[in-house]
Amino acid sequence: MTSNRSNQASLLVRIYRFYRDGFRRMTLGRTLWKIIFLKLFILFAVLKFFFFPDFLATRFSTDSQRAEYVIDQLTPPAQDYTTPYKENDYDRKP
Amino acid sequence: MIENLDLGMVNWARAQFALTAMYHWFFVPLTLGISWIIAFYHTIYVRTGNEEWKRLTKFWMKLFGINFAIGVATGIIMEFEFGTNWANYSWMVGDIFGAPLAIEGIFAFFLEATFFAVMFFGWNRVSKEFHLFSTWMVAVGSNLSAVWILVANAWMQHPVGQAFNPETARFEMQNFAEVAFSPYAINKFTHATSSSMLMAALFVISISSWYLLRGRHTLMAKRSIVVAATLGLLASVFTIFNGDESAYEIAQVQPMKLAAFEGLYEGQQNAGLVAFGLINRDKKVYDTQEPFVGFNLHIPGLLSLMANRSFNSFVPGMKDLVYGNAEHNILGSAQKMARGKKAVASLDAYKKAKKGGDQQAAATHLADFKQYQEFLGYGYLQRPEEAVPPVALSFNAFHVMVILGMLFPLIFLAYLYFSHRGTLADKKWLLGLGTITYLLGVIASQAGWVVAEVGRQPWSIQGLLPVSIARTNLTTGTVQVTFFMFLALFTLLLIAEISIMVKQVNIGPEEN
Repeated sequence: MTSNRSNQASLLVRIYRFYRDGFRRMTLGRTLWKIIFLKLFILFAVLKFFFFPDFLATRFSTDSQRAEYVIDQLTPPAQDYTTPYKENDYDRKP
Repeated sequence: MIENLDLGMVNWARAQFALTAMYHWFFVPLTLGISWIIAFYHTIYVRTGNEEWKRLTKFWMKLFGINFAIGVATGIIMEFEFGTNWANYSWMVGDIFGAPLAIEGIFAFFLEATFFAVMFFGWNRVSKEFHLFSTWMVAVGSNLSAVWILVANAWMQHPVGQAFNPETARFEMQNFAEVAFSPYAINKFTHATSSSMLMAALFVISISSWYLLRGRHTLMAKRSIVVAATLGLLASVFTIFNGDESAYEIAQVQPMKLAAFEGLYEGQQNAGLVAFGLINRDKKVYDTQEPFVGFNLHIPGLLSLMANRSFNSFVPGMKDLVYGNAEHNILGSAQKMARGKKAVASLDAYKKAKKGGDQQAAATHLADFKQYQEFLGYGYLQRPEEAVPPVALSFNAFHVMVILGMLFPLIFLAYLYFSHRGTLADKKWLLGLGTITYLLGVIASQAGWVVAEVGRQPWSIQGLLPVSIARTNLTTGTVQVTFFMFLALFTLLLIAEISIMVKQVNIGPEEN
């Protein structure tokens, strides 16, 4: 049992060292990570937060309200339901 | 409501999505494709133990890392846009895409976080076999992470395995296998991944040709080219075949898109494929202008063969699809509009009956809605001609894609032939062409998405939801501001990508 635990601990330490040393030895990778973090910051802390709110999530508090809103969007006023074309009106070319 | 719709907003939202998607697609094919090529280089190194293959593998890995780092998370912007600009659409498809996309994101993250680290940090620190396994897993994981987004796109073009629930205003999945394994989805995935392999092969050839022209890193360049050209040739042939299969699927499910690709206004028996022609941009589906300006050349029967697997078959033109054709039993969008408006009216009546607590009337209206629901989207069109996508853009994008797609296997063959003869370094004309082939690949690849997405307009979900209804009711100004913000951000990131990439290519593999 003790041996198993020490093996597990040793494995975790090896994995930790693997990542630590890998990151330490990076050269170009450091620049790339900086770009990634800057990009993620701009995306989530600026764009998402200030410019891209989830329209339905912020306007309504329940799913049934959201569904009702979308159904309203899908059912415009009655005057739009008419069309000069009929179902079997083939070859009605202007 | 529709008459008050701000179409400017819809078009700006579409332009913003196109900008984001095209920018995202600048990085994705290279990531998907080069991960396989690196896996082959790495395999050769492990099998031969030759250090030159190791240097070569590490060099291409570095370029892969740059592309991945700059491109990562650019797809997330599209999710932001769904929630803000396309709220109705997001709500309606949430049941079908939400969970699988989230699972895929988590799965891809863990797979990539684990094996990416081993691939980049594992030299001399893990066994050669495990290191190689990790490289292959990065290729598998990267390509798997593209599965569901492509399935989602295929579903929007051919919405199978779903039922619309008027209670929740959502398309609900009825059959997972129909959605995940629809021929449309399979073609979409195979076409996207094989063309990505092709793109990555062109990338390797472009950089290697540049080295050969300057007499630098010649052994690495020649070896890189042989593997990339072999994989590129296989990928390009496969891309042509599954592209042809895509055309067949489109003919069955989105015939209007196929007609627009080919500038086919009048349906034809034994329809020819346009080999050369300048499309008449001013022509409308209802007028009598010629579809082409000046000389045009058609290959007889080839379009019929593509569309129906028969030289003599009838391919409907845009006029047939807009106004109907009784002889060939084709229902036009004019007739579909009549049915679609019944679907919308039934949906409205159902909503009102439910609100009023009249269950019997609600049941009747629901039954009416179900009878016409497959034409729902047509109920929102104002004129039948709205069902025609932008013809000139679809036509030009399709032909650019096809012409370049036919050129690439010839380029790969030429590289392999002269490599085999040992005279590649002397063929300056080919190496000169080779240095720009990646740019040609980018043009072909972007044109492919223009074909797929512009060609399906006006639909966000084929026949069921036009973009004018899928959008959020925002002002045009709101979308314009974020469009230009993205443009600035993307331009900066692209400059960063290109400058870091060029610097590393200039340094070459010695610094690894």
